[in-house]
Amino acid sequence: MSQNDIHPMDKLIRADRMPHIWCSGCGLGTNFSCFLSALDQSGLDIDKCVIVSGIGCTGRIPGYTNIDSYHTTHGRAIPFATGLKLANPELTVIVFSGDGDLFAIGGNHFIHAARRNVDINIICVNNFNYGMTGGQFGPTTPLDAITTTSPYGNYEHPFNLVQVAAGSGAVYVVRWTSLHVRRLTNSIKEALLKKGFTFIEIISPCPTSFGRRNKLGDGLDEMKYYQKYSVIRHGIDPKDADLCLNGKIVVGKFIDVDKPTFLDNQPDLVSMAEKNKK
Amino acid sequence: MKIKPAVLTGVHFMNGDYACAEGALAAGCRFFAGYPITPATEIAEAMSRRMPHVGGIFIQMEDELASMNSILGASCAGVKSMTATSGPGFSLMMENFGLGIMMEIPCVLVNIQRGGPSTGLPTMVGQQDMMQARWGSHGDYEVIALTPSSPQEMFDYTIKAFNLSEKYRLPVLIMSDEIVGHMTERVVIPNEEDIFIINRKKPKNKPGKYLMFQPEEDLIPCMANAGEGYKVITTGLTHDERGYPDMSAEAQEILITRLCDKIRKNKDDIIEYTVFGQDDAEIIIAAYGSPARSALSAVSLARKEGIKVGLFRMITVWPFPEEKVLELATRARVIIVPEINKGQIVHEVERCSKGRCQVISLPKLARIHTPYEILNVIKEVSNS
Repeated sequence: MSQNDIHPMDKLIRADRMPHIWCSGCGLGTNFSCFLSALDQSGLDIDKCVIVSGIGCTGRIPGYTNIDSYHTTHGRAIPFATGLKLANPELTVIVFSGDGDLFAIGGNHFIHAARRNVDINIICVNNFNYGMTGGQFGPTTPLDAITTTSPYGNYEHPFNLVQVAAGSGAVYVVRWTSLHVRRLTNSIKEALLKKGFTFIEIISPCPTSFGRRNKLGDGLDEMKYYQKYSVIRHGIDPKDADLCLNGKIVVGKFIDVDKPTFLDNQPDLVSMAEKNKK
Repeated sequence: MKIKPAVLTGVHFMNGDYACAEGALAAGCRFFAGYPITPATEIAEAMSRRMPHVGGIFIQMEDELASMNSILGASCAGVKSMTATSGPGFSLMMENFGLGIMMEIPCVLVNIQRGGPSTGLPTMVGQQDMMQARWGSHGDYEVIALTPSSPQEMFDYTIKAFNLSEKYRLPVLIMSDEIVGHMTERVVIPNEEDIFIINRKKPKNKPGKYLMFQPEEDLIPCMANAGEGYKVITTGLTHDERGYPDMSAEAQEILITRLCDKIRKNKDDIIEYTVFGQDDAEIIIAAYGSPARSALSAVSLARKEGIKVGLFRMITVWPFPEEKVLELATRARVIIVPEINKGQIVHEVERCSKGRCQVISLPKLARIHTPYEILNVIKEVSNS
């Protein structure tokens, strides 16, 4: 193998697991690449970084990442990650999973980990449907969108994920699309180095399922769509960043605040005993 | 406030739930996650008080799914962990109990059994989850389940549960019940140096040479924790010795067979029971958990009346003591099985007796059998 054959991020990839399972035109390769660049640039000790996922297309990312990786059950990545982080606070813990995994079956865990401000980093790839099972509607599917379980158009209101994250107490809330590679990479890096529960939503194409049924074209067409319809609005109230089918995509950094984490607030019995003496 | 040590050496008067918490701390548990549920709540309460004393973590999770998952995560970070629950919570934990089996993660799950199904009888005793303990998660696997009969045994066998989980790399079940959990008795906590502790086998190879699921001769792989530089890969999918997903029938054969065999082939090391008066016994009472206490009284009373009866008390219900039950069935005329359910473990006793003696189920719901109820059955059988 010549030097040219080695991908610059090979040290962070389990190259012997390639080819990956993702479809052509899927945004996951780009999202993964942004994550690896961010991890590389963060200066973090790679041996102390752990990646956790649930089930789904995005859930396969940990298996391709050459750091400690845990591919858990559907929806349960966040409590698993909570256990890892609280048991060993030296670890940087990343949860990389999909919208269905994190917000339908795993929704309860998401809001409570955010409320507790557990110091973990959530990266959610939102492709508006359950890709791995063949394209059913999920908690983020826009109204009227066609999926295999909404053949006449989706009649459920979707979550606005950045609003859910902000309302639940996340200290860092960002949304980009798979097109915004530089901004996304920078945000992931920022989140990795930030203390507290951080949330990054990546709007990402699923041409095989969601794109095809909703006539959004192939992967490149979706990128063009992101280019045309994305609007950067840093600092706006996340409730004003609602998404809809064929509408504009508000992106940017919405929340960046500091507050004590779960571990910061642990009772310190030694100090309490000292105080009692006085 | 006085900072208390992890091992509260001395003589105590405490209930089974508290004794369980103290046993866990003595075993080195430093992470507890739980969700309030009667009659197991006292374990969480004890842990919330005690963990800050020993530098451990107590976390009250949003549900039992989360409790189970977070103790798996904590154990993967190298910290011994436990959760405690009862009926409905136990049902919720079953999915990820299976994840712990598949990823081979040591930890302890305590079920202080109450009456079911569904919400059932939250404050009253049950032993109705015994088959769920064995088969509650989907797929084929072997489990280890212990059934303490007293607060002292809650302390002792919580330590043993941790030791077995660390040794065999799997979540171990303590299938206690409301009576044992809420009963207050004398509990003697030994000196720290007299407590036998087993810790998981650590990798013998350097990162790059080590495989997370490569078994040693005893069929148990060494375990690297997160953050130690081994870059472990683990998945709930069927996987090979590296931990890579392998979607083939061959991989399923190899992995699931090993997960079962690592318990089956070591069952003599795992199984524990006590026998009383078996040498001459024509009638055997086979019991576990709180009914074993009534059974012991009944056997003592019957023997005073000259009836040749013995007690076989199971401390390990899973893996089931098959050989011992066959041996007893070969020598005895009748085995009587009192349980606080409609008859669960009695089916195992029947299966293992292979028709060599009569097996009588003594079911009861929501209450413990009195010694005289069992005694009356002994007398009836004795006279027949």
